[in-house]
Amino acid sequence: MQRAEAIASSPIQHLPLTQRPLFRFVRRALFYLMMVALALVFAGPLLWMLSTSLKTDPQVYTVPPIWIPNPVRLINYPEALSSRPFGIYTYNTLRYALGAVAGALISNTLVAYGFARIRWPGRDIFFIICLSTMMIPFQVRMIPLYLTFKNLGWLNTYLPLIVPTFLGVNAYYTFLLRQFFLTIPSELSDAARVDGCTELGILIRIILPLAKPALAVIGLIQFMFAWDNYIGPLIYLNNEALYPIALGLQQFRTMFQEELMWPYMMAASTAAVAPVIILYFFVQRTFVEGISITGLKG
Amino acid sequence: MPQHWTPAQTRNLLKGLAFISPWLVGFAGFVLYPIAASAYYSLTRYDVLRPARFIGLENYIELFVKDEIFRTVLGNTVYLVVIGVPAGLVVAFLLASLLNRKMMLRPLFRTIFFLPVLVPAVASAEVWRWVYNTNYGVINSVIKSWGWAVIPFISSMELAKPSLILIHVWAQGTAIVIFLAALQDVPSSLMDAAEVDGANALQRFWHVTIPICTPAILFVMLTGMIGMFQYFTLGWLLTGGGPNDSTEFFSLYLYRNAFQFFKMGYASAQAWILFIIILAFTLLIFRSSARWVYYAGESD
Repeated sequence: MQRAEAIASSPIQHLPLTQRPLFRFVRRALFYLMMVALALVFAGPLLWMLSTSLKTDPQVYTVPPIWIPNPVRLINYPEALSSRPFGIYTYNTLRYALGAVAGALISNTLVAYGFARIRWPGRDIFFIICLSTMMIPFQVRMIPLYLTFKNLGWLNTYLPLIVPTFLGVNAYYTFLLRQFFLTIPSELSDAARVDGCTELGILIRIILPLAKPALAVIGLIQFMFAWDNYIGPLIYLNNEALYPIALGLQQFRTMFQEELMWPYMMAASTAAVAPVIILYFFVQRTFVEGISITGLKG
Repeated sequence: MPQHWTPAQTRNLLKGLAFISPWLVGFAGFVLYPIAASAYYSLTRYDVLRPARFIGLENYIELFVKDEIFRTVLGNTVYLVVIGVPAGLVVAFLLASLLNRKMMLRPLFRTIFFLPVLVPAVASAEVWRWVYNTNYGVINSVIKSWGWAVIPFISSMELAKPSLILIHVWAQGTAIVIFLAALQDVPSSLMDAAEVDGANALQRFWHVTIPICTPAILFVMLTGMIGMFQYFTLGWLLTGGGPNDSTEFFSLYLYRNAFQFFKMGYASAQAWILFIIILAFTLLIFRSSARWVYYAGESD
């Protein structure tokens, strides 16, 4: 109260312009107005997708556009998704993604341990070689890899997409885990060594429980990558029964595009996006922390 | 093994190699061998059906001397990197700076700016195809209702590349999160000192905030550049290289040569050119970084 009186009694005109209450209020309001406008622009395409996926045909071809569909045509979803084996696409995607996550976690834990927790001659040279592989564009390896997998008879299987993850080929994950392992005090492992624990025992009993956050980040990034990966499945798979969602969505497109069935196309797209966004809401913290850790230490 | 190693060192060496053995196998089989093979293929004519035939540097000569599409492809790719990467970076930095202020509903705003990066590229291609639609897309349908001429986003040679860059700028979630983390590390004591010295908000942003964030900017710039040179999925799906090769980027043309024309040798030569261009840009950025990246704790 006293403060309010002081403000009321003191001549506001004597304050510098930028500190006058009205000025600050207007500035704040303009700031929020801008944030809301920006948020609408960024959310726009996804809202447009969702809105279209719930429209009847005449609502789609209305000028100017309608944002809130009325009536809401929910049946677009079952109609669109049953026109192609969406369940099989999802199953394939999950199989690929979970296999790749398992591979990335197991192999990179071992490799990062070797680079971070054991001191051995030549370690740093090997680690630099490992890191430098991050700079090689996939395109350089793409053709020989394709030919190798072809000769092995692995085309039209998920082996080309999963086996390399079990061999720690993604140096980015190795680097991330190594950095994390380095932060764990070496006294912990030394004490266990004195007690006769093997290195593998130390890794499993001491390091892994402490490294859960880093492992979660890697698992998540690998899962998202597999969900999104298009060029890998495109090269190695040409049998629709094996398609993941990334390739499957293209099948929807070839089906719907000619007939201009945008609600169906958007329903299928929403179905491809939704699981990732739902996953994000569950593990938001892990995700955001993971990116900032990698960003800063990289 | 050298004599001067103690038994303990030898033991540790074996242990270390045992732990990294998955990577050793993966590196030899899925990295080293493919690189060597690709280098060899780049010097051959190879259509998979018949064995590779050594032709020396002919592929490289053809790419640079005869192949007019390749010249367009190089131009398109450099355009994408030189315009697209900085555009994405600037937008991400500005959004992160806005999000770094105290405000109501901050988590909501952060989520909204972050979400686009989660959208799988294939879905993103379909959504934007519909957004950019000339007749009933959300933008053109409004423009039409005003009686103006529609914007042929992805169907005109002039607008196709900027339209793809716009999608890139939209999906800057990763960079935003990295910048937010960097911005939170800007010491408030520095900001206060600058304010006492009479620096206005814009000057503080330019002379304090940005310099402190330069390591993060370098990181985003490097990873963005490397990723952008390999740009594939959205271009392949949304414009397919068209119209008239205006969005035929490096990886699209390479993929086409390898898996549509089965010119494996020719495509391998392109892959090596791509690798060398990426290396050159990386070196260039690293060299220049000594002049503009500020590392805290480093004495000048």
